[in-house]
Amino acid sequence: MNSLPVRTWNFRRRAASCLAVLAIAAIAGCGKKHAPPPPPPPPPAETGAAPTATIAATPDNINPGDKVILTWKTTDATDVSIDGIGAVPSSGTQTVSPTQTTDYHLVARGLGGSTDASAHVTVAGASTTGDLSGETVDDATFHSNVTDIFYDYDSYDINPQSQTVVSKDAAFLASHPKLKIVIGGYCDARGSTEYNLALGENRANAAKQALISAGVSPDRIRTVSYGKEKQFCTEANEQCYQQNRRAGFSVDR
Amino acid sequence: MQLWRYLYCAIPSLLLLPFAPSAHAQDWVRTGSNLGVEKIRMAAADFKPNSPDPQTPVLKTTFDNTLYNDLANAGIFDMVAKALAPAVTPAAPAEVNLAQWSAAPANAAMLALGSLAVQGGRINVSGYLIDVKEAGAPAIVGKQYGEVATQDNARLIAHKFADEIILRLGGGVNGIAETKIYYVSSRSGVKEIWAMDYDGQGEHAITHLGEVSLSPHVSPDNSRVAFASLGRTGWTIRMYSLVLGRMVSFPSPGGTTISPAWSADGAHIAFSSDRSGDPEIWVSDANGGGAHRVTTFRGPDVSPCWNPKSNSQLAWVSGRTGLPQIYTMEADGANVQRLTDGGYATSPSWSPNGQFLVFAWDRKYGPGAPGNQDIYVMDIASKRWVQLTHDAGRNDFPSWAPDGRHIVFERQTGRQLEIWSMLADGTQQHALTHDGNNTMPGWSWK
Repeated sequence: MNSLPVRTWNFRRRAASCLAVLAIAAIAGCGKKHAPPPPPPPPPAETGAAPTATIAATPDNINPGDKVILTWKTTDATDVSIDGIGAVPSSGTQTVSPTQTTDYHLVARGLGGSTDASAHVTVAGASTTGDLSGETVDDATFHSNVTDIFYDYDSYDINPQSQTVVSKDAAFLASHPKLKIVIGGYCDARGSTEYNLALGENRANAAKQALISAGVSPDRIRTVSYGKEKQFCTEANEQCYQQNRRAGFSVDR
Repeated sequence: MQLWRYLYCAIPSLLLLPFAPSAHAQDWVRTGSNLGVEKIRMAAADFKPNSPDPQTPVLKTTFDNTLYNDLANAGIFDMVAKALAPAVTPAAPAEVNLAQWSAAPANAAMLALGSLAVQGGRINVSGYLIDVKEAGAPAIVGKQYGEVATQDNARLIAHKFADEIILRLGGGVNGIAETKIYYVSSRSGVKEIWAMDYDGQGEHAITHLGEVSLSPHVSPDNSRVAFASLGRTGWTIRMYSLVLGRMVSFPSPGGTTISPAWSADGAHIAFSSDRSGDPEIWVSDANGGGAHRVTTFRGPDVSPCWNPKSNSQLAWVSGRTGLPQIYTMEADGANVQRLTDGGYATSPSWSPNGQFLVFAWDRKYGPGAPGNQDIYVMDIASKRWVQLTHDAGRNDFPSWAPDGRHIVFERQTGRQLEIWSMLADGTQQHALTHDGNNTMPGWSWK
């Protein structure tokens, strides 16, 4: 029989060396197919071309508490912000969990002027933002400050990029001491259902341990594994797989 | 003709040939019949309608088709096609013209025959099995059945008669025509637990919880179904009583608790729980009491199954070295053995005779290596394996039938997930479900 452990090691090594690529790929997100076709290649910045911007929300019709992935792309912009979220990179994705019907309004400013774009998310039977465990933190604020953690292929280790994210997340939680959170562990669509539930639990636990190490009290954190039962993105490509390999944070109600 | 010649040593003979040394992943070699013994040439005559009741023809059609399919599915018969069989319907052995069945083109060695009548709302069947090469010998099987006249009961009687024949000619191994398959179906919109007959007939929902439910495993006495369900607080093991027709309580440990498995004596349940902060294999009594942790490996430990022969060993899936591999251990956690040598191996099911594991394996798993996930059988003592599925979708969750001759599994083709059945040598693959997405089949114990 073949000596597959060697091959396995190769995969992991390759996965690690591709990390940067994956991280970039993740920016493209899986809402890509819903966005208009990308604009033509921009002219050099010094000509002061007018910025372009697109933003999409997937799905755009949800129940309260469900997650929505915002995916945006701009060109020739030096300053990009989304109302309610604040300054964001020129292109990227972010998971939000609006409790009421929301317009995510993006404004892109550049040397050549400014432009805007918006994505509408309808929340079924939505009510006004409630009191979150004694903290008046709405979901948009929570998600703009507590960012999800993404994992490498078949791994539940917190990688160095995520360590920075954990510190930021922990800082926000430290400044909102009454806030309780749920960490959902998610896996990509490959692999076996039962194994992915266990792996998802390991991912959620790893995120929990990282927050505990950063000073967050364990009794404020609950974990749930979703394995591959609740996918953020259902396309069979690496960008999509990366979107799904995550620990997702939300407010525990 | 002597029956012992047909005694069927199911698993060893099915699998020994492919276990030749130096088997390679993509080899797909068939030698001979893959069987150590010749299959019995079996004919099933259409039964004689023995009543004027207008229900008779439709029930008889169901009965005839079910009996033929059960015998064909058994894996131990070479069936005489209906088109080659004499167009006669003998009601009893005395009415059979033996030469008509033993000569070409039928060339039958055995013949199943009988009559079916519907009287006073009941269906009455007389069934016989005779050796057509031996004139004057007594019938091998002679049975009478009576049930309320329904389509379901026409199928049930055919299953019972088929199992009687299979028991008699199949080396004393009980047939599986009366067994059930429990599985997960999302056709209602949510993954719920469903059940069907072994041939895919009679699909019906067991649970209506409205929450994701996975990994159904029926108890050895067919009284309860254990499964995992995602409730508000996370994954717990739930229990449905088939006797009471409702959920019954089961004290699931805290944390993500999934993948329950019954021991063959029904006394214990093994499962995966991260109550200790990391998913580990646990064992409890059948009522959930006395739960204790068996493994202590960092990383995922999940999908336990018992050695049904000894009830003292467990196989399970562990990610302790990275990608998931199949391991075995004693039920107290001692003597851990790794069985698979790489790739991505999951979902073990132990053969009824204790000798083999069937599991899903992607030997070339990983980014940039689009290997396929197929069903494999491994001889535990030698760690030699044979690949059962080839070039057909992604295959997972194999479950061994109680006769040791059949395996049920899930196959994903495109986005469609259906439940398939095959013989333990990989032949006679056929889909059992065709509607909606159906996954994680588990075969009943009897």
